[in-house]
Amino acid sequence: MLIGVIAIQGDVSEHVDALVRALEERGQSADIVTIKHKGIVLDCDALILPGGESTTLGRLLIREGIADEIRQMHLLGKPILGTCAGLILLAKEGDEQVRKTHQHLLGIMDTKVNRNAFGRQRESFETGLELTFLNSPYNAVFIRAPGIVGCGEDVTILAKMDGMVVAAEQGNILALAFHPELTFDTRVHQYFLDKLF
Amino acid sequence: MVYTRIAIKIKLQGLCYKDDVMELEKLRHGTELIKRGFAKMQKGGVIMDVTTPEQARIAEEAGAVAVMALQAVPADIRKAGGVARMADPQIIADIIDTVTIPVMAKARIGHFVEAEILQALGVDMVDESEVLTPADHKYHIDKTNFTVPFVCGARNLGEALRRMNEGAAMIRTKGEAGTGDVSEAVKHMKQIQGEIRALKGMTREEMTRIAREIEAPVELVVETAQMQRLPVVNFAAGGVATPADAALMMRLGADGVFVGSGIFKAEIPEKMAVAIVEAVNNYDNPEVLAKISKGIGAGMKGISVDTIPQDQVLQTRGW
Repeated sequence: MLIGVIAIQGDVSEHVDALVRALEERGQSADIVTIKHKGIVLDCDALILPGGESTTLGRLLIREGIADEIRQMHLLGKPILGTCAGLILLAKEGDEQVRKTHQHLLGIMDTKVNRNAFGRQRESFETGLELTFLNSPYNAVFIRAPGIVGCGEDVTILAKMDGMVVAAEQGNILALAFHPELTFDTRVHQYFLDKLF
Repeated sequence: MVYTRIAIKIKLQGLCYKDDVMELEKLRHGTELIKRGFAKMQKGGVIMDVTTPEQARIAEEAGAVAVMALQAVPADIRKAGGVARMADPQIIADIIDTVTIPVMAKARIGHFVEAEILQALGVDMVDESEVLTPADHKYHIDKTNFTVPFVCGARNLGEALRRMNEGAAMIRTKGEAGTGDVSEAVKHMKQIQGEIRALKGMTREEMTRIAREIEAPVELVVETAQMQRLPVVNFAAGGVATPADAALMMRLGADGVFVGSGIFKAEIPEKMAVAIVEAVNNYDNPEVLAKISKGIGAGMKGISVDTIPQDQVLQTRGW
């Protein structure tokens, strides 16, 4: 098994560490590769798009030629996890903020997103969040977080916050507005790994 | 911070159901996790100094992860002399309205009211910066009192850990701002990395002695030793002027790069901005760096650090 983490920008090492912890807990092993350039994504069995600045990530995914590879990977039905900026990049449609920066979206999830749905950094927060696949609240960290404001029929809502969707899945794609990689609770990464093992 | 909660509530009324508003009571703002987490999202990125909304747009278009709003870039501050203060709040507000990426701004060392004003404006991170004229020669800002995260400059491990102890969520090398001479940033990065390496394998007793010597809290020294890196994100700053400079700082272990005068004092800012962003993503590939560095015009003229009179050195501000 090979799990790729897009490493152009953002909290890459935190995702790698969270994966290592989650794999250790379930007693399974996989190789993890960080990806900055084209030619690696399609070798992976699963992929993570980390948190970072979506505007920057989107531009470099195109410049480096990785965006098309991620679309191909999606067509093969392989699991993809996007957190925060990742959730934006996976979407089909963005709000005015996304459009005015000519943001490149991968468009593989039938969702419409608001870029800074929860405000600026001073409004960033952590809170106990109810996720449909967990039996107790998860301490979710929202940093200048986006929100999903519209989704198609194939999208399953996993959590809502203030009337916006903050966790959703469509087939093997999982999109989160918060950062499970910043806490030690591995349950969300486990849920993602269940799609792989 | 009561006002932040009110702000969200107002925004929500038009947007969502009543029962969701109840959720807000449980929100925790401005925690260490959130402040340090914000800095982590900047890793692998370039943060560019800008003085106008137009420059901010160029920076965003080039792929900057954030912009630093200033009245003048450090090279001009150096030239102008006089007292350098926080930028005009109107300019900062205009820049905030122009870009979607985070907007940072500088406050004078110790000037907690400038920092409060920046927080009230909605700035995403405050740089308590030696580039501005210090407002207090004894105390830095108590950054734990703020919801907004802070970045601070450091020349060595002791300085970095003292700033963290005051609540800084991110550290950058001081370098020597506004010179276009990268040598001081190199010196400070190597100094910090070397001091961290030297902690490896030390007993608690030895680390206690080091903590006393470098005037830093022992718990932070121990944490740094265990992690073998600074416990917060550490960027390079102060003299980065070319794609090669940016790549050099990444090779030395920086988590990302601040570019001050280097972009908008370059011959063709748009090209220099894109090239530096790409250099940070390709810092370990000389062939790609060669390609990126071609045809982008001249870098800022700059001044060699050795020729700066001692009383005009910025890095010795703060302690």
